[in-house]
Amino acid sequence: MQRLLALKNFYAFAKALSPWLLLTWVALLAYGVIGGLVWAPADYQQGEAFRIIYVHVPSAFLSLGIYTAMAMMAAIHLIWRVKLATIWIAASVPIGASFTFLALLTGALWGKPMWGTWWVWDARLTSELVLLFLYLGYIALHRAMPRPDMAERAGSLLILIGVVNVPIVHFSVTWWYTLHQGPTLSRFAKPAMAPEMLMPLLAMIAAFGVFYVWLALLCARNACLARESTSTWVQEEVINNA
Amino acid sequence: MISSWHAWAAVLGRDCQLACRHLQDSVLPLLFFGLVVSLFPLAVGASPNLLARMAPGILWIGALLAMLLSMEQLFRSDFEDGSLEQMALSPVSLAGTVMAKVIAHWCLTGLPLVLLAPVLALALHLPASAISVLCLALLLGTPVFSLMGAMVSALTVGLRRGGLLLSLLLMPLYVPVLIFGSSAVLQAMDGLSARGPLLLLAGLLVLAITLTPWATAAAVRIRLG
Repeated sequence: MQRLLALKNFYAFAKALSPWLLLTWVALLAYGVIGGLVWAPADYQQGEAFRIIYVHVPSAFLSLGIYTAMAMMAAIHLIWRVKLATIWIAASVPIGASFTFLALLTGALWGKPMWGTWWVWDARLTSELVLLFLYLGYIALHRAMPRPDMAERAGSLLILIGVVNVPIVHFSVTWWYTLHQGPTLSRFAKPAMAPEMLMPLLAMIAAFGVFYVWLALLCARNACLARESTSTWVQEEVINNA
Repeated sequence: MISSWHAWAAVLGRDCQLACRHLQDSVLPLLFFGLVVSLFPLAVGASPNLLARMAPGILWIGALLAMLLSMEQLFRSDFEDGSLEQMALSPVSLAGTVMAKVIAHWCLTGLPLVLLAPVLALALHLPASAISVLCLALLLGTPVFSLMGAMVSALTVGLRRGGLLLSLLLMPLYVPVLIFGSSAVLQAMDGLSARGPLLLLAGLLVLAITLTPWATAAAVRIRLG
């Protein structure tokens, strides 16, 4: 009964929140895109190509952010057996994996004109790649499990194992790199950005974040309906919207 | 009432005995290790300088793959015949039981790999000065492979294409051990002290001993449903 109420309430809450999130997303995205692609001046070293950061940095930021959110949800799921947490994780995984892939792709596209190569075995790139494998591993494990509840618990444990490992992998790659190649390529001193470049970037990061929450809520609502498909509130909901 | 210590020793003894009777389970990873390593000179050429330079990486990757191959066996027969369920139901701590299984598994797969490695290292023209560091690094690193492997092996035991899934899930987790392990040997080759990476490997081992038995026990319980 409690669980049913929780899912039902969550559904209503998510439904009410959706249009506001969508509105915020459009506003932030519009400012970020126009500010980043039109108003911001070209970089004095990198020219117009620097503008890819308006996709790259938010993607990379979210790839880690979503994994962290999933890890918290996984802990909540394993400790308190909250069903909603698994719904949130299931909704987050494909989004997180897509952002990780996008971060790698835009990084490679940016790296070719800037560094003259598609890929370097830099600490950040390698950890991002490992992160992508962790996302894909979750999907593979989830699909292989015979029962949904077992798949969810196994997946949550795997996420927690991964979250302990991501920092270790990151530091090990950093140390490995500095041990062997010297700090010529590995450290990019982060240039202080001009405000007209920085503000659209922050707006884009916020826009990507809001987009994630909006999309995950949409998927989660779907999952709520599927799980409670035999209950009256779902049937009423479907009839009212038919 | 059986004490935890007795139960622990019994599981360790039983697993060692089982492994001794199925000796092929221990020999196959060794053969695999030898074969993978001997493929490299055929693929990259037999120049001693090149081989010596690549030897730490080749040996570590060979050991990693051989361990990966053997991980699938760790829980499989116990899962299939129901022993694993009995272990989970017993009042003795499951974390201790899986730890005993991991130790037995490492003694019969990890340790032989460590013993074979110097021979293969000589064949790859690794300088004699680096061989002791290689052995020490493998001695610290392969138990981490076993411990982390047990965790994921428990999650994937009995699944369709579980072995492939196990490799996919484990390889990213093995990255730190691979990095520190091969960099220890590379540093010894360059005449530097290998102390740093070896200490980091030891740190990883301590971390793995502390955390993985609990995660493995949780994984076993999840998999048993």
